[in-house]
Amino acid sequence: MKGSIVTAALSGGLFALGLAVAGMTQPDKVIGFLDVFGAWDPDLAFVMAGAIAVNAPTYFLIRRRSAPFLLPKWSLPSRRDVDKRLVAGGALFGVGWGLGGYCPGPALTSLPSASGAVITFTLAMLAGMALFQVWERRGAAQRSASAHQPSPLSSTVVDA
Amino acid sequence: MLPSWLLSLIGGGLIGGAAALLLATQGRIAGISGIAGGLLAGAPSSDRGWRVAFLGAMLGVGALLALLWPSSIGVPEARSLPTLVVAGLLVGFGTRMGNGCTSGHGVCGLSRFSPRSAAATGTFMGAAFVTVALVHFLFGGTL
Repeated sequence: MKGSIVTAALSGGLFALGLAVAGMTQPDKVIGFLDVFGAWDPDLAFVMAGAIAVNAPTYFLIRRRSAPFLLPKWSLPSRRDVDKRLVAGGALFGVGWGLGGYCPGPALTSLPSASGAVITFTLAMLAGMALFQVWERRGAAQRSASAHQPSPLSSTVVDA
Repeated sequence: MLPSWLLSLIGGGLIGGAAALLLATQGRIAGISGIAGGLLAGAPSSDRGWRVAFLGAMLGVGALLALLWPSSIGVPEARSLPTLVVAGLLVGFGTRMGNGCTSGHGVCGLSRFSPRSAAATGTFMGAAFVTVALVHFLFGGTL
């Protein structure tokens, strides 16, 4: 398991470096990419292109193995359905991304720069995650109180 | 200096490589909101170490960047702090509700040809384009 700690750190560090090289840690550039009716800056489309060009072939190559190199089993999302929650969550996230110019990875990578903007955004983001936790628990409690059958726990979903 | 689109392509390749590394070694998705959210949601101790290591290294590299390459880290000049509070709340809540963000659904999910991730990515990209367009037309690009 020690090896998986090291490779997780290597992955996180490389991810952060990639975000910075790509320009994702510049929220004004992100907003410029999203501003199709303004002075549109298409550069960041190449980030997704570069990431998928590397990740997609490797994914299908690696998945031919019965297990990953360091752990006995895969921990991958298995759901394929599109439900209201997925779409509503995606829409809320998109509005927030457009408003702030930060998505979670670039916010965390920029946090040590300690600008007022990134500290404000990141604290609010963590609060938003915690709020969702509270909202979800209340919903689950209400559902199990009103219905006699226990509702399926959404915490069993593996995140994408 | 390389053209900016090429830097974006190279940076994207590094991100894809980071995701492939996590997948190959531990069979996990490099989704930042899921990794961080799992910690906040009280993941069991056996499931915490790798999350802490991933996010710790991300913050560590972020600190090095702030010291050695400060121009790579920007701030949103056209956004006020109250707007950033609303933005952060929406990003935090929305990524947990939708089980992923740009990395988990975008980079990893699209690479796996996941229909859920394709729907999520289309939705958040669409919502972000519309939001920035509204800020552009209603508020002159500054909010």
